[in-house]
Amino acid sequence: MSHLLEVRDLEVKFALRFGDITAIDGVSFTLDKGERLGLVGESGAGKSVTGFSIINLISKPGFISRGSIHFEGEKISEYSDSKMRRIRGNRISMIFQDPMMTLNPVFTIGFQMIETLRAHRKITKADARAIALEKLKKVHIPSPEQRLDQYPHEMSGGMRQRIIIAISLLADPAIIIADEPTTALDVTIQAEIMDLLQELCETDQMGLILITHDLGVVSQVTEKIAVMYAGKIIEFGPTEQVVHSPVHPYTIGLIGSIPGSMAPGEDLKQIPGMMPTLTDIPPGCAFNPRCELREDICTRETPVLEEKQNGIKAACHMR
Amino acid sequence: MNSQTPLISINNVVKHFDISGGFLDQLTFKGGSFKLEKTTVKAVNDVSLFVDKGETLSVVGESGCGKSTLARVILGLYPPNSGEIMYDGERIDHLNHEQWLPYRRKMQMIFQDPYASLNPRKTVRQTLEEPLLFHNPKMTGSQAREKVAQVMEQVGVDPAWISRYPHEFSGGQRQRISIARALILDPQFIVADEPVSALDVSIQAQILNLLMELRQKMDLTYLFITHDLSVVQHISNRVAVLYLGTLCELASAHDLFHSPKHPYTRALLSAIPKVGEKKPKHIRLKGEVPTPVHLPTGCVFHGRCVYADDRCIKEVPRLMKLDNGGFVACHGIEEGRSMQ
Repeated sequence: MSHLLEVRDLEVKFALRFGDITAIDGVSFTLDKGERLGLVGESGAGKSVTGFSIINLISKPGFISRGSIHFEGEKISEYSDSKMRRIRGNRISMIFQDPMMTLNPVFTIGFQMIETLRAHRKITKADARAIALEKLKKVHIPSPEQRLDQYPHEMSGGMRQRIIIAISLLADPAIIIADEPTTALDVTIQAEIMDLLQELCETDQMGLILITHDLGVVSQVTEKIAVMYAGKIIEFGPTEQVVHSPVHPYTIGLIGSIPGSMAPGEDLKQIPGMMPTLTDIPPGCAFNPRCELREDICTRETPVLEEKQNGIKAACHMR
Repeated sequence: MNSQTPLISINNVVKHFDISGGFLDQLTFKGGSFKLEKTTVKAVNDVSLFVDKGETLSVVGESGCGKSTLARVILGLYPPNSGEIMYDGERIDHLNHEQWLPYRRKMQMIFQDPYASLNPRKTVRQTLEEPLLFHNPKMTGSQAREKVAQVMEQVGVDPAWISRYPHEFSGGQRQRISIARALILDPQFIVADEPVSALDVSIQAQILNLLMELRQKMDLTYLFITHDLSVVQHISNRVAVLYLGTLCELASAHDLFHSPKHPYTRALLSAIPKVGEKKPKHIRLKGEVPTPVHLPTGCVFHGRCVYADDRCIKEVPRLMKLDNGGFVACHGIEEGRSMQ
């Protein structure tokens, strides 16, 4: 157990009226101290559910049906709710997409930060305030003392996201899970937030799981990438390698469909069709109806994630 | 500028929104007496630009910079406070509703969110036939059906699905239907307001390819509004950069992306994450975007610009023409100040 976080063969199902659907199907990965991992995929690929399941935020009708999650050697996937509370927001924090929605509009920033701290440890209000101030400074918020007494509506989107990052840092977590942290923000602010996250990982040896649909963002910030498709990791490897010489046809298509990878005016590479809904995932390889390399075996057997080249693992029969 | 008349040209357009509310909201106590004070959002300030026939002009900028307002002003959805809008040499901004009609069919719009812009209670046929029959009252049912089927084919939606409702389609398919609705009247000019922002990357590529293909086939002119700069680089001929409702720079896509002039454009471009580039080397801006309610004096960008000096704080920079045909509004560039 040398890894900070180890997710093994995770399967998450949602019990619906017409039967269970599998949202996450056999996902495995590890994260070490100071390491930055990107979970990439389109909407519905299972990125966020993976993130939520790590801190056991899957609520009914969803449940973890198989596999395990180990954090610092402890099997946290079996923790009770009250035990999990000591981990969640404390050792593992999560940052959500929309900074407009994650702060409570009727309390000041200071109140929300102090409350969070006091939920996790016995500490006086004055000490908590001092820590809150320190964290606000850490995320480069100008005039932090005034900010503590302000309400969320008095701040811009980028500023709020910084505050949320500061809140997630309050208990000095070992891992931060950031779920599309910059999707709601403008590019110039996105760049600043990404810089900040990277800086924090480097200075504090924090692990980062960055969940996003934006391959550009991932390739700048992370060291490893896991590409998800229909609930499975279909390609996993060092960011450099995956971005420059992807193996799986889906990853190749995804990178090709980003404007900017082609000469202006030329047709973008497009992946025909769309991702299957979780209720009717095709047999065999889930990507096969959209794949150019499809052969008979793809419609029959599900490919497993295996070592291909340059340290990349991919789940594909044809490559 | 070439000799032909641009399809669209707007001159010194200003659009302010009054958000001061009722009498009591406007009442303020200042210096010992009560005063009535109006609050206005200065969404578009003195913007001039033109769109040539057959070109794609992109308008970029961050949220709240007035891109969408500008588009709606051009289409006549908001009347401008001042300034003029010309369509093919004819002034259109002061027309009344009836005089507008012939222009409406030539100018169409594609909206951002295909989940919100289609009426959920109308089938594809109803959605597409309505504008057709409104603008062509003499058209027979079979002619209309034929036209609808033809346009659906053009945008890649199977005409067999004509009786389906929007909820039966995916996001990408819905956006194709929105495009079909814009095309049904054979327009010349299309405003696309963030048409791909709500879509996944692989679907986004399909829609962008479709838009580029349609432009060639149907000889369309686009005004493309987006915050996604890599999309802009891919599809536009020229790009206009807006900041706080003010035009900072307007240049050909090639020039803008290879040698951006305005400090804001440079910061904006440096912030685009590129696939496969490890270390971001973006230019950090100081401060925060001011609100369009209290516009800064002088150059609207001065508070965030590292090169700003006294003149920038006092004097509004004029848009000046550059040697390469682009336009930029910056005192620093005008004076040849070193800005590296």
